[in-house]
Amino acid sequence: MAQPKNFGFGDDEKMLRDSAKKFFADNFPTDRLHKLVAEDPDPNRMPESPWDKSLWQKIVELGWTAVAVPESAGGVGMSMVAVAALAEEVGRAAFPSPFIPTVNATFLLNSCSKFAKNSNTADQYLAHIVDGKAFSLIYLDQQGEMPAAANSGNSNTGNSTFNVSFAADKLNGVGYFVQDPMKVDFYIVLAANGTDTGLFVVAANAEGVSVELDAIVDITRDQGRVSFNNVTVTEENILCLTGGEAILAMAEPSMLVTIAADMCGAAEWQLQTTNEYAKMREQFGHPIGFFQAVKHPIVDMMVMIDQARSHVYNAACAIDCEPEHAEKYARMAKSAAADAGVYCSSRSVQLHGGIGFTWECYLHVYFKRQMHNSVLMGDATYQRARLAELMF
Amino acid sequence: MSEQARKDTPEQAEFRAYCKNWLAENIPAKPPVRLPQSPLEIMTNEQLDYLCAWQKAAYDAGLVGCDYPVECGGGGKKDCQRIANQEMQSVATPFLPNVIGLGMAAPTVFFHGSDALKQKLLPKLLSGEEIWCQGFSEPGAGSDLASVQTFAQPKGDSWVINGHKVWTSLAHFASWMIILCRTDKSDKYKGLSYFVVPIKAALGKGVTVRPLIKITGETGFNEVIFEDLEIPDAYRLDEVGAGWKVAMTTLTHERGAGMLVTPASGGRDETERAPGAYGLLELAKECVRNGKPAAQDPIIRDKIMQLIIRQEGFKQAARRGRVPALTDHPMRIPLQGKLVMTEVMQDAAQVALEIEGMKGSLYLADKNAPQEGQWPLAYMNSFGMTIAAGTSEVQKNILGERVLGLPKSK
Repeated sequence: MAQPKNFGFGDDEKMLRDSAKKFFADNFPTDRLHKLVAEDPDPNRMPESPWDKSLWQKIVELGWTAVAVPESAGGVGMSMVAVAALAEEVGRAAFPSPFIPTVNATFLLNSCSKFAKNSNTADQYLAHIVDGKAFSLIYLDQQGEMPAAANSGNSNTGNSTFNVSFAADKLNGVGYFVQDPMKVDFYIVLAANGTDTGLFVVAANAEGVSVELDAIVDITRDQGRVSFNNVTVTEENILCLTGGEAILAMAEPSMLVTIAADMCGAAEWQLQTTNEYAKMREQFGHPIGFFQAVKHPIVDMMVMIDQARSHVYNAACAIDCEPEHAEKYARMAKSAAADAGVYCSSRSVQLHGGIGFTWECYLHVYFKRQMHNSVLMGDATYQRARLAELMF
Repeated sequence: MSEQARKDTPEQAEFRAYCKNWLAENIPAKPPVRLPQSPLEIMTNEQLDYLCAWQKAAYDAGLVGCDYPVECGGGGKKDCQRIANQEMQSVATPFLPNVIGLGMAAPTVFFHGSDALKQKLLPKLLSGEEIWCQGFSEPGAGSDLASVQTFAQPKGDSWVINGHKVWTSLAHFASWMIILCRTDKSDKYKGLSYFVVPIKAALGKGVTVRPLIKITGETGFNEVIFEDLEIPDAYRLDEVGAGWKVAMTTLTHERGAGMLVTPASGGRDETERAPGAYGLLELAKECVRNGKPAAQDPIIRDKIMQLIIRQEGFKQAARRGRVPALTDHPMRIPLQGKLVMTEVMQDAAQVALEIEGMKGSLYLADKNAPQEGQWPLAYMNSFGMTIAAGTSEVQKNILGERVLGLPKSK
């Protein structure tokens, strides 16, 4: 199936994107963001990141958290291109919320709904997303690696072990690098089940579930390890008992594109902020943007963003219309977005000079979020290594 | 139905079908001589004759110049050149040799020339019967184009031109030149005027063309000396003093961001190697590095993937540039094209040489050279692309100033 020329970005997608842009501009300008998350500069501060639950509630009411939930499950049922556009705006606002983990959980539940035996269970949790419940995924080991079998083309990691396992109707073990664990209502857990893997949904407040937060650099989100101590599993917790990794792998391109889109939106904020500063700040009798040593890296930021953003829409459109190419284009998108995000972060601080190095300048919030996003689900070199397996 | 064909208007759909049918019957036989990598490296009359025969055939069939009005020798169609290009590039066609004429001279004459001039010049330009070249750069005016000094002195109903143009591709074959001249020394920008000059007719009578040999050893571009060449005022484009404005039309089309789509062919058949970054996949399988195929070296793999991602990014950006809802500034993506593509091609050629290792030392005449020695040639020629038509550095100034609104660098 071929892709439409306009990536499938039509009037509905544009309206969603424009209203999200306006919503964040009106309700969550950068000074509010900074006031909310950057109150405490202490590098040894308590790790929990503050967030605005009332704004999250508004977003739920607008239906944005259910954007990828199919209409049959009561959601908005929009395309991946629409999700990408929305994620760009979330990234541009650096909005602290469980939006991205919840959207990523949606993709996984959609895959379960299509391919898992207990598809009714998946549909039931998709309905929870429509009701405003937030989700996060648990699938990484203590090295931050995906489980071996999900790395289908890569035999080197065949020895990795699952940290969470399912046996005798109980979940036990620890899941690492869980995103925004303090902000969500449910976890979806990939767990070993004998020699196979299953996917399970567990309420964050279920008995035997506990969270220990990581002290992370990014101040716009939480991250932590979630422990399962004899957590009881009943029929309604089971998405699938076998083939969990394969289902996760099916959802992976959508998850990569969502993060890449967030990075593109954030990088555009970094570009515009740095560009405005280069026009305003004067040295040697000129705005510093007059000098090519400043002008050219700003242009390089723009070029890298435009490359990454084009990859994001191509990959999103592939997920919608050309699934046989989805993984290839999604890895290209995450690689390009990670490179752009890291470069824009670096240049934004450098080109601001001394003020860019301070806590009072807003840049650091985006700098840290981008550094976190760049490694989420694999950084640029990881994506290229996986891409090479597809291309050679 | 192809992705491209989906949104054709009825006129475009009919024209596309016509192009397909014509191409199915009329792809020329393999050339009798080795062809250069681009029209700018045409060295011999044999190469030129073969390519001109192709352009004439494609023009006669209506595939070249189809969006120009009939009275200018065109096909009188609307938004159809793009269709013809897509079809000509999807099958194994040679490239069109009159590249400066089609891409720069034709739109400039069309938008700024008198009706008489358009009717006189455009038919033979589009057919390739008359080759065109461009007289912009001078020894003292490269990136700073507006500082050209070649002077046109008014003399009754004529102009007398004296000066020195350089890097003039195709001048040794050209009948005509578009030329930017100074007509007023007191004003850098408003002191420029723009003309067309019949250089072949004036060879030895005020015009001297001398080939310059490039870094690769190939000829293709030249220096052109004007000594008291007299041309009629009828060969002026637009007003006296409007030369800079006219030059912007030329440059905008040269950068692929103009109103008129440049006719272009040069497709491949399935047996030919993929160009650019995708071609590195095959090369890495053929070449050995540290006792194993280079395709197994993780660093080589990463470098190739970086380039493929950039090349695909160029393609997808061009696509996104045509979706207004996904672009912030209308010129933001079009003005990046030249910069991004030429840098990717240069870096791809550099990585190709890295993949070839010692074998990258072998050049065109060596029968052991991988892929006929094309990569050292492509690498050296790539600097022509990153320097010509505004260096990469000038492109970044343009992007910074026109798109991002940064102050103009001096």
